[in-house]
Amino acid sequence: MPEKLILNQEDIHRALTRIAHEIVEKNHGCDGLVFIGMRTRGVPLAKRIAAEIKRFEEVDVPVGALDINLYRDDVLSLGWQPPVRPTVMPTDIMGKSIILVDDVLYTGRSIRAAMDALIDFGRPRSIQLAVLVDRGHRELPIRADYVGKNVPTAADEEVEVRLKETDGRDEVAIIRSDRGGGQ
Amino acid sequence: MRITNQKVEKAILSEPAPSLKQGPLRRRHILDLDDFTREEIELVLETADAMKEILGREIKKVPTLRGKTLVTMFYEPSTRTRVSFEQAAKSLSADVINLSASGSSTEKGESLIDTARTIQALGADVIVMRHYHAGAPYLIAQHVNVSVINGGDGCHAHPTQGLLDLYTIREYLGTVEGVKVVIIGDILHSRVARSNIWGLTKMGAKVVLCAPPTLVPVGLGPPAFPSVTMEPNLDRALGGADVVMPLRLQKERQQRGLLPSIREYIQFYQLDSRRLSKAKPEALVLHPGPMNEGVEITPEVAHGAQSVIEEQVTNGVAVRMALLYLLVGGAQ
Repeated sequence: MPEKLILNQEDIHRALTRIAHEIVEKNHGCDGLVFIGMRTRGVPLAKRIAAEIKRFEEVDVPVGALDINLYRDDVLSLGWQPPVRPTVMPTDIMGKSIILVDDVLYTGRSIRAAMDALIDFGRPRSIQLAVLVDRGHRELPIRADYVGKNVPTAADEEVEVRLKETDGRDEVAIIRSDRGGGQ
Repeated sequence: MRITNQKVEKAILSEPAPSLKQGPLRRRHILDLDDFTREEIELVLETADAMKEILGREIKKVPTLRGKTLVTMFYEPSTRTRVSFEQAAKSLSADVINLSASGSSTEKGESLIDTARTIQALGADVIVMRHYHAGAPYLIAQHVNVSVINGGDGCHAHPTQGLLDLYTIREYLGTVEGVKVVIIGDILHSRVARSNIWGLTKMGAKVVLCAPPTLVPVGLGPPAFPSVTMEPNLDRALGGADVVMPLRLQKERQQRGLLPSIREYIQFYQLDSRRLSKAKPEALVLHPGPMNEGVEITPEVAHGAQSVIEEQVTNGVAVRMALLYLLVGGAQ
């Protein structure tokens, strides 16, 4: 399993700082912003971006956590049950600008599920998407508004985001599966 | 009933990593808690946390089990269990068909197995069965390919009640490990008590059974259950209790002379405020329902500050949602 590091700790920090500035710029401030991190690693990422905004804007942006497993389009065909954790909405999202945060954007199916889940909580003014890594291979008409790094990948590769909060260290790696001998 | 207080939110948001370690529920049927591992029970309780959050939403529904069908077969009266399963299934977007013995082909003499096979042929994914004969859900589980959940069989088992009681205790006390639970009353006829004893002891609770000796079955204490003790004196049993669970005195099953009289039972075993004060000050009062207020419990205790009886009903829906998700979600 050859593994290639594509982002180290500083890279991740810089990317999140830039995303934080872009979010404030695009939304003309922080009014009505709500961060919703997608479990698992979207949650610490959302908290970090919120902490960054707090540092330079001195505003507390509410952060929530969203579990999409009950909204997956493949939940009955997986053959196993993904563990479900509680969703936490920090505030009423009616009329708010939601920034959905995830670690990797791939097929777009998780984002579709996340949007369905969000709409069940109310009608936000807008939903924007921030991801640390966009690896391509979309299967749905979905794109990110804020991207830490675009990483072209092959379908047999895996992108692994590791974060201090969940994995003990900050890094992003591409792992090429040995199966099939690669390209 | 919403888990939206600040403390809980903080706990969830600062939680380092979800426990992905537990595997899936490795079973097709839920017949009793006797064959559940501690890990399986924990998986159900953790999943129920997520389900309870859904029940607190304005739109109490997720699309997970769209196209799946749950059939309830209740051969004995029930309010909360049947409605609870129905609400759980509907909150997960499954369809529900309710069957009762009266009005079905049972009245024409159709056998239990044939009825279950017919229901399977009609496309059911889960059958929830309550039956007055112990073992009836086991019998049909052997003859159908769909999941069977025991909704209470005779005096034998009521696993979903056991799980919701565990969930309620864990919700209020943080853990079940080391908790002292006093179960009072008609243990002999109680399927709730049996399933609770399996679940509680597996999760590390200490169980005290308090009842007239004629209402306690043999074999529920050591050596089979080392953490279960008997104490026929209620005041002594309640000392240091964290959870008090009076059972319904099953009047319909008291014809065999097991009790001198209901009045005497009340005198020695009714949970009233004075007796409850022997337990820990913050001890929880649970009751599987339906209650005979004025018999095993007084109204002021049933509806008092320490009672979590209504919360048990809400938790029952969350736990049953978790079970349906874990059984049917990802099935096959």
